[in-house]
Amino acid sequence: MGRRNIPEVNAGSMADIAFLLLIFFLVTTTFQEDKGINRKLPPMPPDNVEPPIIRQKNLFTVLVNKNNDLLVEEEVMQLKDLRKAAVDFLDNGGGTNEKGEPCTYCKGKKDPESSDHPNKAIISVRNDRETNYKTFMAVQNELVGAYNELRNREAQRLFKMDYTEMVTINADPQVSDEVKEDLKEKMDQIKDMYPLKISEAETSNN
Amino acid sequence: MSKFKKKKSGELPPVSTAALPDIVFMLLFFFMTVTTFKKDDYKVAQDFPYADQSQKLDKDDPIIYIYAGKPHERYQSEVGAQAKIQLNDKFASVSEIKDYWFNTLNNEVGQQFRNVAITALKVDGETNMGLVADIKQELREINALKINYTTRPGKATDNNK
Repeated sequence: MGRRNIPEVNAGSMADIAFLLLIFFLVTTTFQEDKGINRKLPPMPPDNVEPPIIRQKNLFTVLVNKNNDLLVEEEVMQLKDLRKAAVDFLDNGGGTNEKGEPCTYCKGKKDPESSDHPNKAIISVRNDRETNYKTFMAVQNELVGAYNELRNREAQRLFKMDYTEMVTINADPQVSDEVKEDLKEKMDQIKDMYPLKISEAETSNN
Repeated sequence: MSKFKKKKSGELPPVSTAALPDIVFMLLFFFMTVTTFKKDDYKVAQDFPYADQSQKLDKDDPIIYIYAGKPHERYQSEVGAQAKIQLNDKFASVSEIKDYWFNTLNNEVGQQFRNVAITALKVDGETNMGLVADIKQELREINALKINYTTRPGKATDNNK
């Protein structure tokens, strides 16, 4: 008397409840993460300042018209050939940089008609207002690809590591600060060799 | 004396399902921790162009999102079929970008990130460059220079298919 057996709670439906929640989270989960091409816009030019004069041979012009055709250095080109052409232009090293030093690491043709030094070489992308965004991004991707190709080559030569791999490691939040500091130094050195100079001029209407 | 007595020893014992809730809970906790809910409801198409030279954009970075693209069909009767900008969860015009950018910076991202905040342009592939150029011009005027064109992994040549 007095002592009653408390009946055990039936836990058999626990699995059902857990399943229900599991299925809810399964459905709502997206593993998708954002990826994209980083770019820095040019600051607004101050008034009354003449833009610096750039010599034609240091300028690699890519025109994309409203029919999404490519005109590279006055010649029609297919998208698949663009990366190679950009690499050839950047890596030419036909002259010297601002300090008068020749490009010692360039492996290009040293053509006097093409760019002097990767430091001076500028790629200019111009597009029409009716150009498709997809085509524009494809062009951007190929140009960034050309830079990455050259940076990877130099990073492999100097540090036995791809530049793009360094960028990935540097963006990983689990990597310690010391490693990042070291990487940053190396990345800056590579960036200095092939500085990314892609100009996105204002779009034209004609 | 029956000859057909059941043999107890030859029968398989039933499989115990007592550990089933544990397994399910384990899976449940995994999915609970990795789930992130979409920030905004897209009202515009979001088929990004393909690119293979892209970099990861971490969710913890100071990011301000701008969406653009053709409105989904159910909104087309209100706003038309032309490509539109979407800020937060509303359609917006180009002139509203500046206000939106500063509002988001102050209220969500944090003012200390003024110079390092990345503006992610989530633009649909079938958009004309004119709209993108207008967005870029607005961003230049408020000195928000770090941008990221959102892409999806793939070959650049896939874009023309």
